[in-house]
Amino acid sequence: MPELSLNVLDVTENSTRAGAKLVSIRVTADHGSDTLTIQIEDDGCGMTKEQVEQVTDPFFTTRTTRKVGLGIPFYKYAAESTGGSFSIVSEVGKGTTVMAVFGLSHIDRMPLGDISSTIHTLVVYHPETDFVYTYQVDDREFTLDTRELREILEGVPFSEPEVSQYIMEFLTENKSEVDQGVVL
Amino acid sequence: MKSLAELKAIREKMQNQVGLRAEDHNHTRVVVGMATCGIAAGARPVLTKLSQEVQERGLTDKVAVTQTGCIGLCQFEPIVEVMVPGEPKVTYIRMDAEKAVEVVNRHLIGGHVVEEYTLSSTDMK
Repeated sequence: MPELSLNVLDVTENSTRAGAKLVSIRVTADHGSDTLTIQIEDDGCGMTKEQVEQVTDPFFTTRTTRKVGLGIPFYKYAAESTGGSFSIVSEVGKGTTVMAVFGLSHIDRMPLGDISSTIHTLVVYHPETDFVYTYQVDDREFTLDTRELREILEGVPFSEPEVSQYIMEFLTENKSEVDQGVVL
Repeated sequence: MKSLAELKAIREKMQNQVGLRAEDHNHTRVVVGMATCGIAAGARPVLTKLSQEVQERGLTDKVAVTQTGCIGLCQFEPIVEVMVPGEPKVTYIRMDAEKAVEVVNRHLIGGHVVEEYTLSSTDMK
């Protein structure tokens, strides 16, 4: 994966496949502690203790098409190779939280990439799931909460061209106000 | 900060137009594989481009762009499947945004399969 936002897309796709109704995604860059933290929390079906232990093993996967699963191992390695950390907390029936901490200024940290496209793709193509996305840089932040959008839209779907375009503009414009154009 | 007030205006404009869509089973379905393999190979821009083209060319009444998990042919990702009602499924492989535009023009609009990008054009060995 050339950028971290693709890992976010990958991990969150798993959340939606786990039947999550609500997924919270929080991206926080903190120059004080020199960290970039990405937390993805869902209320999907969760995993057993054994599954959580196996999930960072590339030769464990739930898919039936093939015997390897590289999504989580890649992501974990991307975090740990920058002096950061990686954790998965999960409970069957409650949900899963995947937290990755990266060294913000570490030379091996991949760029965050096009996070707005990732969130837009998730929101528009998973109408059955709600997302709360927060993007924070130091003390500035913004949040997109699809439950608020749904309330305003009263049944008009996110895939309507004008709505879809509005969501993309909301994400990119607010992002650039928060990070003031600095590429993370 | 961009506010939600703008969205209210869009809703008011849109509300009367929704519900006039063709039934789902009459739709051509365009499906993009979005598992780890697809995403790593560049599926996100392909999905975005397809969706954008379908909207801009006014095909949303006939064509639904959706996504799916791993199709099981990871070495050929990004994969796009086109399912026209009453016709055999066409599997496009190793797609990118440019090829996606071509598929919209030649297949979805023109009605001709872009043979050179399909799975059946390769030797499966």
